Amino acid sequence: MQTKIKVYAVILAFIGWGTACEKALPRPPADDDVLDGPIEGLTHEQNKIFLRGDVAFNDEIFTASTGLGPLFVANSCGSCHAGDGKGHPFTTLTRFGQSDTIAGNLFLKLGGPQLQNRAIPGFQPEQIPAGATFSKFTPPANTGLGLLDAVPDAVLLSLSDEKDADGDGISGRPNWIHIPDYTALRPGYAERNNKYIGRFGKKAAVYDLMQQTANAYNQDMGISSTYEHYDTYTGQEIDPEVSNQTVLDVVFYLKTLKAPVQRNQQDAIVQKGKQVFTAIDCARCHTPTLSTGASDITSLANITFSPYTDLLLHDMGPELNDGYTEGTATTAEWRTPALWGLGLSKKSQGGQYFLLHDGRAHSIEAAILLHGGEAQISRNKYKLLPAGEKEALIKFLESL
Amino acid sequence: MKKTLLLILLSTAASLDALAQIDPVLLRRVSKDSTRTQLNMDAVYNRPFLQLGKLPVSLGGYVEANYQYLQENGVSEGHQFQMRRLTLFVASTIYKRIKFLSEIEFEDGTKEINIEFASVDIEIAPLLNLRGGVVMNPIGAFNQNHDGPKWEFIDRPVSATQMLPATWSNVGFGVFGKKYTDNWVYAYEAYLTNGFDDKIIDNSENKTFLPASKENRDRFEESFNGIPLVTGKVAVKNKQIGELGLSYMGGVYNKFEDDGLTLDKKRRVTACAVDFNTILPRVGTQITGEWAWVKVDVPDTYTEQYGSRQQGGFVDIVQPVLKKPMFGFEKAVLNVALRGEYVDWNRDHFKSTGGRIADEVFSLVPAVSWRPVAQTVIRLNYRYNWQKDLLGNPPSRLAGFQFGFSTYF
Repeated sequence: MQTKIKVYAVILAFIGWGTACEKALPRPPADDDVLDGPIEGLTHEQNKIFLRGDVAFNDEIFTASTGLGPLFVANSCGSCHAGDGKGHPFTTLTRFGQSDTIAGNLFLKLGGPQLQNRAIPGFQPEQIPAGATFSKFTPPANTGLGLLDAVPDAVLLSLSDEKDADGDGISGRPNWIHIPDYTALRPGYAERNNKYIGRFGKKAAVYDLMQQTANAYNQDMGISSTYEHYDTYTGQEIDPEVSNQTVLDVVFYLKTLKAPVQRNQQDAIVQKGKQVFTAIDCARCHTPTLSTGASDITSLANITFSPYTDLLLHDMGPELNDGYTEGTATTAEWRTPALWGLGLSKKSQGGQYFLLHDGRAHSIEAAILLHGGEAQISRNKYKLLPAGEKEALIKFLESL
Repeated sequence: MKKTLLLILLSTAASLDALAQIDPVLLRRVSKDSTRTQLNMDAVYNRPFLQLGKLPVSLGGYVEANYQYLQENGVSEGHQFQMRRLTLFVASTIYKRIKFLSEIEFEDGTKEINIEFASVDIEIAPLLNLRGGVVMNPIGAFNQNHDGPKWEFIDRPVSATQMLPATWSNVGFGVFGKKYTDNWVYAYEAYLTNGFDDKIIDNSENKTFLPASKENRDRFEESFNGIPLVTGKVAVKNKQIGELGLSYMGGVYNKFEDDGLTLDKKRRVTACAVDFNTILPRVGTQITGEWAWVKVDVPDTYTEQYGSRQQGGFVDIVQPVLKKPMFGFEKAVLNVALRGEYVDWNRDHFKSTGGRIADEVFSLVPAVSWRPVAQTVIRLNYRYNWQKDLLGNPPSRLAGFQFGFSTYF
């Protein structure tokens, strides 16, 4: 009888510990501590599409037998965007071949514009051709892209000041680009000489998330689709290696990823930092709020949100001029990156910062101090700030 | 979740008094040679078999099923009931020094059906036995000694089943032998078999993954590249101290030529392992461990996700706390146990930053197990995993409870 009691006691103790102690099971991270997850208000049907896109984006690993390469940069979408956050130098892209806005890319027949720096066994990866200028692009975070996509062109045009009419030293202009035939123009689109406003990518040379997705499958992973059907190795048209449905699911997933949630908004130092941010004119380019227009996804329509970008090109000065460009951007011009999610970057970049277009800045301050050109005045103002205000500004940026 | 878990476990615990009686008349248990010290390499024969009358064939097998509730970063797939394995053994003594044994396993229902072992052993001398057929490559200890009822843990060790590819069997031939002295046993095994293929660095696991080659169903019929995989092991056991094994497995994994044309250079995969087990005198604590290293020649121009070096292992500590008749079982044993395991899937460094590639998993599994008889184990496990991605971002945390049984029949 005593034995039975002992056996029951051991088993019951184990059960009791397991069932009473919720801490035995890992809790979900706080919503403001992660970048993944859908925007609020999706329908059940939309949740299903989101989940399909999530699986295709984060779980589908391409292999040689499923179409990877033979030349590639990464073997899955998630390789470049861990947790939907910013990427790491491990998957930094190299683009090459275009050094001005007139002649275009002279190296398209030599593998441009993107270097596929890896190859499946038995193949040799590309090399940058002699004489080609190039730049490296760190993969950006994916969050809130649907909101950025739904901002009407008219809003971007209203923010631009191409000829610096207000004389503040900050111009800001759209990148007018040719678009592939599979992209659908957004409502109220702007057009100039058969070119349209690009808004995604380091140089704003991508029109929308459809183009971004089809291009990433093709150029990053060597996966052809009915949208981008040329093999990056042979240059020949080949059968699709990913279905239209999967591409569309991934586009939907990217559109409906939630926007990063700001942390510590009520913290006095964070609030002070926000004031400093405005006072030294960071907000002139890193526009705090934008609004969406109409969208076929109800949750994205007519929303005011805080991305801290104007989606426009700005001359960032000689220190960030790599001599490479895309579309009608000059080599020194870069699209203002959204600052939302900046404070969570370390959690997707392996515990350290790799900021600016190529990850060369390893701290927020280093990134600020590399701003030149139109941002030179703000940089100078930052340098003159008292230590407390600098610290507050950094804390504010880390809260985003 | 709490209520369901409680209900399942309590009802199972309460039913321990009501286990059915089995009529043993028709089938008789084959007696085992218990006079000689057993090694891991003897595990294939060190199983309970049943014989029907005077038939020259012995039958056996084991089955394991379990319930689990796991949660990863706060998200759970709910309550899962799993029939992990049903394994059938057929053995025959063709002549007193010629034996045949086979092991056929059904995993996850009928999702995977594998011949894990099917070989003929011919004893020329104790130090020289010939073995041919489907053999279990003797890398580490777990690959040969993997039967569910022998372990207090529901999950098999990560390092043994996902880094090393247990259960890893191939067609081939080899030799083995043992030498006994008063307190010592010395043993060796060496085999040439079919081997790996290029899936080990081209798979949807997104890491160098030796078990990916098991997907190649043709490996029982043809070698992927025509180069034999060499596997060898030496082991020594002292009756008082325990058993130590050192093993090696190596070969070419890629298709370097086809139809007379050269496709690539020959690329090698090598694994080395050390295993140890002992029972501490007086307290009876059983300690079992295995550590292994894997080295793969991955092309420099390929993605660094597929690492060229891996390492990992596990240690199981099992402490019997009650050994006495329980619920009518004369030799019942109640154990508490703990497994610690670790695998570094990629020991390389990023070319871009020089930083260390993380990609590692660490887990702890405390357990309670009850053995009403030696061949049957009822197990309650708690698993906690930390898994870091390639970049070393904050780990994914998985934890939960598992409850199940495993028994020879």
